[in-house]
Amino acid sequence: MKNKKKLSPVIQFALTVLLIALVYVIIQLMMNAKIINRYYSGILISICINVILVVSLNITTGFLGQLTLGHAGFMAIGAYVAAFLTKEVFSIAGPIDFILATLIAGGVAMVFGVIICLPTLRLKGDYLAIITLACGEVIKNILLNLDITGGASGYIGIPRYTNFAFAYIFAIITVYATYALIKSRFGRVVMAVRDNEIAAESSGVNINRVKMLAFVFAAFFAGVAGSLYAHYIGILEPKIFDFDKSIEILVMVVLGGMGSIKGSVIAAVVLTVLPEMLRGADNLRMLIYALSLIIIMLFKYSPTLSSFINRFRRKEKVS
Amino acid sequence: MSILEVKNLGINFGGLRAVDNFDITIDQHELVGLIGPNGAGKTTVFNMLTGVYQPNDGDILIDGKSILKKKPHEICALGIARTFQNIRLFGDMSVIDNVKVALNSFYQYSVFDALLKDRKYQRQEKDTHKEALELLKVFELDGYADYMASNLPYGKQRELEIVRAMAAHPKLLLLDEPAAGMNPNETINLMKTIRKVRDEFDIAILLIEHDMKLVKGICERVTVLNYGRVLRSGVTDEVLSDPEVIKAYLGE
Repeated sequence: MKNKKKLSPVIQFALTVLLIALVYVIIQLMMNAKIINRYYSGILISICINVILVVSLNITTGFLGQLTLGHAGFMAIGAYVAAFLTKEVFSIAGPIDFILATLIAGGVAMVFGVIICLPTLRLKGDYLAIITLACGEVIKNILLNLDITGGASGYIGIPRYTNFAFAYIFAIITVYATYALIKSRFGRVVMAVRDNEIAAESSGVNINRVKMLAFVFAAFFAGVAGSLYAHYIGILEPKIFDFDKSIEILVMVVLGGMGSIKGSVIAAVVLTVLPEMLRGADNLRMLIYALSLIIIMLFKYSPTLSSFINRFRRKEKVS
Repeated sequence: MSILEVKNLGINFGGLRAVDNFDITIDQHELVGLIGPNGAGKTTVFNMLTGVYQPNDGDILIDGKSILKKKPHEICALGIARTFQNIRLFGDMSVIDNVKVALNSFYQYSVFDALLKDRKYQRQEKDTHKEALELLKVFELDGYADYMASNLPYGKQRELEIVRAMAAHPKLLLLDEPAAGMNPNETINLMKTIRKVRDEFDIAILLIEHDMKLVKGICERVTVLNYGRVLRSGVTDEVLSDPEVIKAYLGE
């Protein structure tokens, strides 16, 4: 089991890059040849945005082990900040405006991550969940009541810069950055805090700093996802970023597996496509969606299935 | 100068005086035992020494400097590392990663180094790995490096806790019942390892233990705690043959 041939890291890296590029080229060619129509390319962009959201939430919920229910709030901040910047402030050139705005949006979400994280450092479990939930709602309600955001009628006329290429690249960057973080000393201390706070503290880990790092990291990418979303939809309403959105992301994290980046990506893809496929079912759509979630959950934790899968899987190092 | 100096330490849990007027001094390279009946306050003392609890009275000095009000991770940086009575490993992480967590503060590459995987990151990660592996070798745990920590046998888990504590480069190591749940053979091995650790790394060790064979075998001095107070303190053989200690703890 242990002596299975392992590719050298350089070749592995090259293969990964090649695969990522190949997927992109194939999809782009299919788009150009009109095999993928606008509807499907929209779903592809949604998938990328959800991948960013799910992977970033997995940092706090899966790797740090803190249940947070306010991820949509960070996304909202990113969305509004970026939309405001591209619509009112920047006018260099479309794509450059967009990238700049997205990065700044991530940065602002980060700042909010710090602000929300500071008072919640002492909280754990249920209490943290409730506070983050409340923070998400507060952000939503502020957006609803500000003049500059257009309130409930929405913020309109956002330039629609998001295309598949941007969404894909940002999703890849998110996944890469998360992997890099988790495989570094920072990832180790984050997981140590999850596994045992007292032991981590006694081993010289500054718990507060670690929690802050994870929160800020997750908030940044949620902000980026918000920007992509804003420039894809073109109109923002605060109600998009409510509690349901946070739960939707959390469901994907849980189904994909706490602390599994691969799982998060797969869950984001499956759970974005599934509701779209069910559109034909009309009234029964949400019922079937809920049922499929339960069935996936049951299957995922079935011992028979997992032993079946384990037979094919190399002994995985802790990921 | 002594590494650790504890003066008049006391703590209340509600109306209970859990530890009262506790004194202990530990010098460089010493191996000291802390014994006493269950509930005497031994682990509470450890928790105060490592900042998990804040004492109500008294003072704790490391190298002459008070560590009161300091957080556990700051105390760890000042040179006190510990193990736990009920094992507290990072269960879902590999054995070597458990050790690397404690090495974290000695390698200071930034988040950006990690994201870019630059030279600094690669060099320091390589060094971390090397150092962690060397520490595991001291306890002959290097063969288990890639195991999940929670999958190790019980005795190995206890040893891994000691390795992790050693990775924090302590001057003083606190061991909370290191031999608990071990069979006689494992205990003998453990005694050898504890002595080896003390000599190789040149540190002082304070240990809580109920196994008198181990205490007699390796501790140069012992302090006996009873109902939160120091009953006797001194050279091991003398203390253990004291009638009061025999009455309170060892049994006649």
